[in-house]
Amino acid sequence: MSKQVVEKLKGKFGNLVLDTVEHRGETSIRVERAEIVAVCTFLRDDCSYNFLSDLCGVDYLGRTPRFEVVYNMYNLTNKTRLRVKVDVDGHDPRVDTVSGVWSTANWHERECWDLLGIAFNNHPDLRRILMPVDWQGHPLRKDYPLQGPDREPYQGRLS
Amino acid sequence: MATETMTINMGPQHPSTHGVLQLILELDGEIVVKATPHIGFLHRGTEKLSEHRTYHQVIPLTDRLDYLAPMSNNLGYVLAVEKLLGITDKIPERANTIRVIMTELTRLKSHLVWLATHALDIGAMTVFLYCFREREEITDIYEKVSGARMTSNYFRVGGLSADLPDGLEAEIRAFAESMFGHLETYEGLLTGNKIWQKRTIGVGYISGPDAIDIGLSGAALRGSGVDWDLRRDASYCNYAEFDFEVPVREEGDTFARYKVRLDEMRQAARIILQALDKLKPGPILADCPQVCLPPKKDVVNTIEGLIHHFKIVSEGFKPEKGEVYVGIEAPKGELGYYLVSDGSAHPYRMKIRPPSFVNLQALPQMVEGVLLADVIATIGTLDIVLGEIDR
Repeated sequence: MSKQVVEKLKGKFGNLVLDTVEHRGETSIRVERAEIVAVCTFLRDDCSYNFLSDLCGVDYLGRTPRFEVVYNMYNLTNKTRLRVKVDVDGHDPRVDTVSGVWSTANWHERECWDLLGIAFNNHPDLRRILMPVDWQGHPLRKDYPLQGPDREPYQGRLS
Repeated sequence: MATETMTINMGPQHPSTHGVLQLILELDGEIVVKATPHIGFLHRGTEKLSEHRTYHQVIPLTDRLDYLAPMSNNLGYVLAVEKLLGITDKIPERANTIRVIMTELTRLKSHLVWLATHALDIGAMTVFLYCFREREEITDIYEKVSGARMTSNYFRVGGLSADLPDGLEAEIRAFAESMFGHLETYEGLLTGNKIWQKRTIGVGYISGPDAIDIGLSGAALRGSGVDWDLRRDASYCNYAEFDFEVPVREEGDTFARYKVRLDEMRQAARIILQALDKLKPGPILADCPQVCLPPKKDVVNTIEGLIHHFKIVSEGFKPEKGEVYVGIEAPKGELGYYLVSDGSAHPYRMKIRPPSFVNLQALPQMVEGVLLADVIATIGTLDIVLGEIDR
């Protein structure tokens, strides 16, 4: 099923589909960052991935490009899942918002901005959501200490 | 005459916000013009913490997400780790069946608290007392299987932490059979009640397409006419072997969601009874020595068992590089875990997709233009728990 979607997506976007990975029966498609809104709109309208389950960022510190934004979608008609990813640069990380495609992305993107510092262009309301408004830094980044800033590291066992 | 709107603050300390939710409401008289939710007061950094723990050590953190439905949270997590390891097919039949029994009890437990507080918010106090009476029995069952009344930490990667104690099957069966009568009682108090109908019919309306767009899931989506149930569609554990219906209603209002959840409770009781019939003696842990702890009698009697135990507790296990997303039908909607492994013994990234977080997002569009009193009913019908919203 997902093979057809990959073919369809490649037929439409060609080289903008960078690679596809199958792992444990799940398909991940990496696409060009600049085209994410077009890809998501196409997947929603022409492949009926009308439900965005989840959107999140991952910090691969030490790799270039450093960040990845991951879109987990669900097709309510044939009950399949699909994962789309974009690479995001470490300096001034930003992606176009998909909150115009699925409004559920609004809070997910706010959370991604809050915890990982990935900004979303044209987002209607890009504010912090979980951390206090005056918080400095983005806690889920790999270079952010677990104890929080300006604190002695915990001396006991963590694992 | 010139009029102006008034901005008032509701929460974070407010009995009807079901936790530490703050709403900034802009009112024109008694009509809500704009509602802005503020969350994060309970943020504990679960996702960050999990990156510094072994896979097994994350399970107790998941209890504390949706603390009204701890076993559903455990289940979603262990299923995700099992998929990451590729051992989903190795889970023994008995472990799967007990998982189904316990998560359906959890669904009842969560829905009982929802019904109790939802009715109390609207002014029906009696239902609250009845629901908590039944919930107490589930809490007792929890205590007997896991030792804890709320933070169960019962499921393990590969199976369960312990088998059901003797005599508990009969107790669960008696409870599940009694639920049908209790549900009649609740319905007798509410469904035909004129005040209840006035407070719920047509209140908090959201259409099916809007609900999909905003990402509603679970009973909130089924109440808007969308036939969705991950137990049937994703079929994790052994749900495919059970006969149950997915209640769906078209109205999209608070009353429809109320009916959907009550019908769901009947189905949950049916599933529990079927699962108890199916339950056969057998192992409760998968045969995966690199992942599962050895039996206790080996640990205390043999040196190999002790070393095995020590290795798993101190080092954990290392799934190969990769990533999975697993969504389950938690009582409140789709609970998803997105896990990324870099080949080490700790999750590289764990993203939790909490149903309440997404469902709460729909609140502003459901309450804008309605009366202030209906905000309370709408928060109740969305069935939010701040523990999993804030994580």
